[in-house]
Amino acid sequence: MCSLLFCAGNFIAQGQRGEMLHKTAPEFVRADLSGRSIDLKAYRGKVVLLNFWATWCASCQVELPRFGAWQRDYGAQGLEIIAVSMDDDATPVRALARRLQLNFPVLMGDAKLGTQYGGVLGLPVTFLIDRNGVIVRKIKGATNLTKMKSQVKELLVN
Amino acid sequence: MPGKGVIAAVILLTVLMSGLEGHAQFSNPAEAPLKATRVPQAELVEPAELAHMLKANGAERPVLFQVGSYVMFQQAHIPGSGYAGPGSQATGLVLLEKMAAPLPKNQLIVIYCGCCPWHRCPNIGPAYKKLHDLGFTNVKALYLAKDFGDDWVAKGYPVEKGE
Repeated sequence: MCSLLFCAGNFIAQGQRGEMLHKTAPEFVRADLSGRSIDLKAYRGKVVLLNFWATWCASCQVELPRFGAWQRDYGAQGLEIIAVSMDDDATPVRALARRLQLNFPVLMGDAKLGTQYGGVLGLPVTFLIDRNGVIVRKIKGATNLTKMKSQVKELLVN
Repeated sequence: MPGKGVIAAVILLTVLMSGLEGHAQFSNPAEAPLKATRVPQAELVEPAELAHMLKANGAERPVLFQVGSYVMFQQAHIPGSGYAGPGSQATGLVLLEKMAAPLPKNQLIVIYCGCCPWHRCPNIGPAYKKLHDLGFTNVKALYLAKDFGDDWVAKGYPVEKGE
């Protein structure tokens, strides 16, 4: 038996240390902003870029339009982008998704989903998931998008 | 040789620039910073220092407020801290004022967020300014260079989850 304090801290600390890597991505089924059901399991066979973001995160707003371009350019090769907003409220998320004309599903995250992914305790966070549903990369913070694009392309050819 | 006017202009420019970057010093609460990077260095608390302070009892123990996202607070927060709303939003500042209202003005208060790298955090600066504007005289900000996950949780400092 462990205390709530210790168990929560231990699990999330493991997630923060990158121990989600090389494991099957935790499954989830959630409705996106348009009401469409997004079941991660149904994306097996695709390369998934799972991005956690928020409207108040400056770096996230740099990434999202680029992800839109990648979805357009590499969608036919099997890339699927899923964006999970960690905002507390969907209203600003809808407005930003509309303004940026995002061409991939955007769904609302919560503490449960964040904890499943080892704790999303700083944004942005992106998980690259291979065609077998395994997390192959976790990319935290403002990142080199050219490098991330190369990593995506590498996964697409494998 | 530059004239005295040029030298004076350079000195003035240097003084002005020093106020734009790094950790400014100020004495008037109305001048308190809106950006995390403008919180005075002397009022920052490093994670290790806060972890040590949390072992204290009584007056030495700070009151902790998380001033960021509620979704993040639910996932993990420092034990004993209260959720005081995102400092970047008006609703958050109203909640912060309500949370701080019962406290004596000289109470040691530590605010933290960690949603983003320090220089990008939208919440710490406004929350810090709000507490100063309310007359609190002993406000510190937890310096989380990268984010709460990397600088607090991954380092093994205590956390709890839930509301």
